[in-house]
Amino acid sequence: MGAKGLLVDYEWCSGCHTCEVACQLEHGYPSDQWGIKVHEVGPWEYAPKTWQYSYLPAPTDQCDLCADRIAKGHEPTCVKHCQAQVLKYGDLESLAKELACKPKQTLFCCDASA
Amino acid sequence: MVEKRDYTTVEHEKPYRYDEDGLHVTRGCGWSAPGCHLGCGVLLYTDTHGKLVKVEGDPENPFNQGRLCVRCLDLPEVVYSPDRILHPMKRDPENRGKNRWEQVGWDEALDEIAQIMLDAKEEYGPESVAFYSGTGRDIGQYITRLCWGFNSPNFVFMMSGQSCYSPRVAGCFSTSGSFWVGDYAQQFPDRYDNPQWQQPELIVIWGNNPVVSNSDGLYGHWVVDCMKRGTAAIVVDPRLTWLASRAELFLQIRPGTDGALALGMVNYLVENDLYDHEFVDLWCYGFDELAKRAQDYPLDEVAEITEIPVEEIAAAARRIGEAERAILQWGVAIDQIKETIPTAQAVLALFEITGNIGKPGTMQQPASILNYAAGWGSEFLTPEQEAKRIGQEEHPLIKMGFQECVTDDYIRCLETGKPYPIKVAWMQTTNPLTCTGVDAKRTLAAHLNIDTIVCVDLFMTPTAMALADYFLPACTYAERNGLRIGDGAQRAETINKAIEPLGESKSDMQIALEIGKRISPEAWPWETVEDMYSDILEETGHSFEEMQELAPGYPPFDYRMHEKGLLRTDGNPGFQTATGRIELWCTMYNSLGLDPLPSYEEPVPSPRSTPELFEEYPLVLTTGARVWSMFHSEHRQIPRLRALHPEPLVYVNPVTAARHGVKDGDWVWLENQHGRCKRQVRETPIVNEHTINTDHAWWRPEAPCELDDGLYDLWDLTVENLLPYDCGASGFGANYKNTICKLYPAGEGA
Repeated sequence: MGAKGLLVDYEWCSGCHTCEVACQLEHGYPSDQWGIKVHEVGPWEYAPKTWQYSYLPAPTDQCDLCADRIAKGHEPTCVKHCQAQVLKYGDLESLAKELACKPKQTLFCCDASA
Repeated sequence: MVEKRDYTTVEHEKPYRYDEDGLHVTRGCGWSAPGCHLGCGVLLYTDTHGKLVKVEGDPENPFNQGRLCVRCLDLPEVVYSPDRILHPMKRDPENRGKNRWEQVGWDEALDEIAQIMLDAKEEYGPESVAFYSGTGRDIGQYITRLCWGFNSPNFVFMMSGQSCYSPRVAGCFSTSGSFWVGDYAQQFPDRYDNPQWQQPELIVIWGNNPVVSNSDGLYGHWVVDCMKRGTAAIVVDPRLTWLASRAELFLQIRPGTDGALALGMVNYLVENDLYDHEFVDLWCYGFDELAKRAQDYPLDEVAEITEIPVEEIAAAARRIGEAERAILQWGVAIDQIKETIPTAQAVLALFEITGNIGKPGTMQQPASILNYAAGWGSEFLTPEQEAKRIGQEEHPLIKMGFQECVTDDYIRCLETGKPYPIKVAWMQTTNPLTCTGVDAKRTLAAHLNIDTIVCVDLFMTPTAMALADYFLPACTYAERNGLRIGDGAQRAETINKAIEPLGESKSDMQIALEIGKRISPEAWPWETVEDMYSDILEETGHSFEEMQELAPGYPPFDYRMHEKGLLRTDGNPGFQTATGRIELWCTMYNSLGLDPLPSYEEPVPSPRSTPELFEEYPLVLTTGARVWSMFHSEHRQIPRLRALHPEPLVYVNPVTAARHGVKDGDWVWLENQHGRCKRQVRETPIVNEHTINTDHAWWRPEAPCELDDGLYDLWDLTVENLLPYDCGASGFGANYKNTICKLYPAGEGA
């Protein structure tokens, strides 16, 4: 098994908080702790009618990539429930290839030791 | 016998109930309570003790494709909330507003309520009993059946001008004989892969933020699905929404001026020959009259009214005119304008004269199982009784097959007892004091004139605390069976019970059936709610129990239905209107004494209509925008969801905040000539310097509950304090989203 990661398309993350709450409920985290947290970047207008306004979900130290779910053949709950379908779980190597195919994405290496 | 139609169902790997990793799974649909406008496919996980432990999205359901929002994910916290009311209660009417309830048995409560209703019917006529619903969810049709089954014409939705969905539905039916929703392939089980579907080239998101609001049966993220696949967007909104930041054009409109914008665009399309001649010639009536009316709206004037630059209006109009396939993704901002009928007419006309009707990837008539707009059970309402519906005299458009009273006439009826007194009110799934209604103090005082009020809800609400004499506890969707048939494109979808109802709570439908059997047994012949659902599903050829395994089922669907004679009851091509065409000049409006053509009326008050008042109240106030974690006035008592939006906010441009000497996190009052409400400031550039936007439907379940103690902080928090009852000439529409106010610091300790 190679290292696993999360590929995030932050061009289309709508900031809906689904990943945060799905993760909290899956892991039993309180509402002030997160295994993945959505960061708001913007909004600001940097040229006429041109806005920086994006959301970036980022895993925290409490993300275990839903090891229990993966063991049972499911996707991580944040990936499964993401309303904008901007999260992808998989082998870092193949995700890295996808990363290069489209701008405004980022790849988190969550499990390098695996 | 109902004619059977061929339904397409979805392949499932497993039965609707199965076991997985030591848990039981119930596949079904998630729809109110708690509520929204969708009904996503869900998997409800229960443990061996019968406890709901987890909710997941159902990947097999084409509607949401496994996705889910925070409100359904957190359903167990709602189900097991310690705030839920789990037993029927009654209260001496002398003690309205006081927390003095006594627990009663179901039979005692229902027998007493039924007797009170039947006595009122005997003495004052069935019209003296009114039946209220909140915003449309799966309970709506059962409440209309209760109302009409009792032969009362007074089905009540407490928004001034019934300003949510109904105005657009009424407007669409009046001018084109159908309602129209955007085509996101929601009518096909294989969705975007269906070979008949074509991707829209353009989505015009007009007055809504669909990713949050999910209105008209639209799963908002379908818009994102399309944009990812290359669909362009134009956004018309006073707020720079996240979608607006990704749109080709963002038209930052002054609230309430949508009619002027649409007419200006119609004029531009005609002047520049950008409309669809063939579609107009074949299928539209009154184009020349519309074109002439639109000449009253030259772009420079429209730019001044709407505060959108001329070149942006022209570019947006041109884009709509040139797009092969365009969707109008409209929302309640159009309903929440006082002159909503001519506004909706103008906005829809843009998409009609450009031929965006009935083609793949444009506007479609939503597939339908029940005629949702007309309610359920109308055959029980006699013509003599229907003629007594409150508001028909003053506003004859509602005679044309629309179901609700005119709220603004109804509130006067409560106040004056004229033309007749309302003696009993049945309020189910509605919280008018802080959510739907306006002018909370007037709403309260008017309702105190009603002898008996019954509230059916999950939680104690400000409305029930202030007014109810009986409180009947409803359960959540995890605790019951039901159907998802509602707004937007309908499908045969079942809500499947996963756990036993908590305490003595019952489903809204069970409660409707039990009171229905007591007050109008001929309208409620079923032994069980499941028998009732089977009857509703009859045209599918399947019983409810069969459909639980098969759902969702998709009714037959066709594009270009107007060409095939599928829209008219006589089977001829065309539209179900008097002329058989889309009526840009509306014969029905004309016959009712309304303007047959669309027009624009400046909101009152506003910077332009009341300049002196605007000096005193120099900010334009818009409200009603949704938040992710709470549906209207629901979810305030659910900690994990409240944590995402703990306080009522007002969104203020940083320049405006500085001008007022306030900053992010400060508490302020918003005040106008009608009243005031308290808000926490959120500084943001998404609104311009003279417009502010604020949350609606706020109350604090944790605050002192009694009327004399602030009624859950309602009097301080409800934005209704700033809004009057004042509907449009048609009886539809009210200015919820466009008024004026001033803002000032609330001081320490607010």
